[in-house]
Amino acid sequence: MTNVADTAPVPGKREIPAGRLQRLRDLVTATEIDLRLFGMLLALAAILLVFNVLTDGRFFRPVNMVTLSVQAVSVAILATGMVLVIVSRNIDLSVGSLVGFIAMTYALLMTDWLPNILGMGPDFPFRWLIALALGIGLGAAFGAVQGFIIAYIGVPSFVVTLGGLLSIRGAIWYLSNGAAVTGLDPTFRLIGGGGRGSIGETLTWGLGIVGCVAVVVLLLNGRRQRRRFGFPVRPVWAEVLLAVLGCGALLALAAFANGNYLAPGLATEYARERGITEPPGGLKVPAGFPLPIILLIGVAVVMTWIAKRRRFGRYVYAYGGNPGAAELAGINTRLTILKTFVLMGVLAALSAAVVASRLNGATLDIGSSYELYVIAAAVVGGTSFAGGIGTIPGAVLGAFVMQSLAYGLSFMGVNSPGQNVVAGIVLILAVAFDSWNRRRGTR
Amino acid sequence: MMGETHEMEGATAIPLVEMRSIRVSYGGVHAVDGVSIDLHEGEIVGLVGGNGAGKSTLMKVLSGAQLPDSGEIYVGGKPAHIQNPRDAKAYAIECIYQTLALSDNLDAPANVFLGRELTQGAGSLDDSAMEDATRRVMGRLNPRFRAFKTPVMSLSGGQRQSVAIARAVHFNARIMIMDEPTASLGPAETAQVRDLVRQLKEEGLGIFLISHDIHDVYDLSDRISVMYQGRIVDTVHKAKVDTDDVLAMIILGKKPEEASSEELAELQI
Repeated sequence: MTNVADTAPVPGKREIPAGRLQRLRDLVTATEIDLRLFGMLLALAAILLVFNVLTDGRFFRPVNMVTLSVQAVSVAILATGMVLVIVSRNIDLSVGSLVGFIAMTYALLMTDWLPNILGMGPDFPFRWLIALALGIGLGAAFGAVQGFIIAYIGVPSFVVTLGGLLSIRGAIWYLSNGAAVTGLDPTFRLIGGGGRGSIGETLTWGLGIVGCVAVVVLLLNGRRQRRRFGFPVRPVWAEVLLAVLGCGALLALAAFANGNYLAPGLATEYARERGITEPPGGLKVPAGFPLPIILLIGVAVVMTWIAKRRRFGRYVYAYGGNPGAAELAGINTRLTILKTFVLMGVLAALSAAVVASRLNGATLDIGSSYELYVIAAAVVGGTSFAGGIGTIPGAVLGAFVMQSLAYGLSFMGVNSPGQNVVAGIVLILAVAFDSWNRRRGTR
Repeated sequence: MMGETHEMEGATAIPLVEMRSIRVSYGGVHAVDGVSIDLHEGEIVGLVGGNGAGKSTLMKVLSGAQLPDSGEIYVGGKPAHIQNPRDAKAYAIECIYQTLALSDNLDAPANVFLGRELTQGAGSLDDSAMEDATRRVMGRLNPRFRAFKTPVMSLSGGQRQSVAIARAVHFNARIMIMDEPTASLGPAETAQVRDLVRQLKEEGLGIFLISHDIHDVYDLSDRISVMYQGRIVDTVHKAKVDTDDVLAMIILGKKPEEASSEELAELQI
């Protein structure tokens, strides 16, 4: 998205007559551009640029960006739900343990329980989907239990989910008797990405075009909705600009993803399967978008829709802004809180699928300290612990900012304690900047 | 005091709302102790009394924000079962709370429709329709209101008040409770709210008006109920008393004729 204020001519700030400054403000309001989100995009771009310069241009390449993105997915998926939990004045510390528990469940389902107990051998159709559905059900159930204790019994969420963090992590040991489990269903493993778990060149372009169409349809629909009641609409040039920039960004992403090629071994297999003779330098097969990225885009779109366009989302924000007012407005606030935790459990199951797939199994400490990365991502993305404030795209961007720092530092040879030092400082700086900015904004 | 019958305007008409022998106690303290009160169409009943007299608690019972320990409520002569704010709204009872009860992070339309959102298609929120309806009702209440897209936290006291009133007005309330509607407002905005109260009365609403400001109440009300320590001292027609009588009842908790001359002298009135 774009900031129209920046594209309008601004000759030296001080000489702007008050009237024009006001017009600029009106324009920014009219185009409904989220300046905060735009600022975060700039920050992310700056981080990538700095690392690129520091590494003499080796950093900002498709292969690195795809790897970085896939690494950010599991935290980003969870962060979309954590936003709603924090917006409604709660916290969920149990997500990391829940990811671990469900990942272990997936591993055991596919290696042991499905074939040996339910008689679904490796050739049973849709085994991956059955496992995923069971995992999602399990996540929702855990979320419902924690949410019930928090919303209906009134135990603070910090306490309930801290208990969840400890006990669920402990329960993983009993699932597998302390062993790591490997060997997932090959189809299930595609969720984790990699060469095979990417959709290829044609589909990537197709997806870019579908995204383009979606941007245009959304803009047109928004315009039609406002026309319906004769509200002021954006000037046509602004709409066109938004459409061009939105489309351009999506197609650029598609091109970038197609700039990532299959690893040599996979490319050889690819050539053999299709009966292509490999050229001497090796075959360059564009990999395209990895499946986990597509999963994340889907999750972010659905979660944004839930937050912005559904009653439930509206109630989450209303409760966060003023719990008493929400109650007096007749909202079933307890059920609303319970639902946020159920949603968190479902997202933990999706995140666990990505993590387990990438590992081809589960270990005892899979997902540990995820809760901290997830909370950090949400907070860096502009979610406020005071409640009522936070966006899903912001949290996803927050996850990417944190992962970019970690990946960039490790690319430069900084070890993981060093990465943590930086991550912690950035977290504090981001929030400090945010509260300074808000104080300034609200007089 | 309980079960006391008080003068009624047009005693033949069925009251819009009638609360009988309402009791509420918090941890042994009787916040509301057997209060009966009624309200007719197109009538404003002022509810006055010192801090902790039980005015707000009594009204919270009517708006569903507080469950009474005992007592009955009749709306249009029929028993009403009000367990929560949603029930009260179903009886067309709307309340404007002293704190305004707004979600500061949401914009005006979202606050006006909170809990009763308009939807379209597959249950998606119809923000444009809600904004349109809010613009319409605001056109009537506060034509200068323009901030339909800003979170209400950045609005002025008067604008926030307009949002709270719009919420009550839009849903065609028949019974409105206004708890200190002018407490946070400047003189111009106070005058505006007063005009609005009169306008709503013209439209046939029954209004319970809670206020510390005795002059506010005296100007607007048809009848005035004075509360003292959870009980109603008396309900009087405005024409039959002056503000000094009302003040004496608020402070002494007795009807003027029951008070001794020493007590009245102490009040220096």
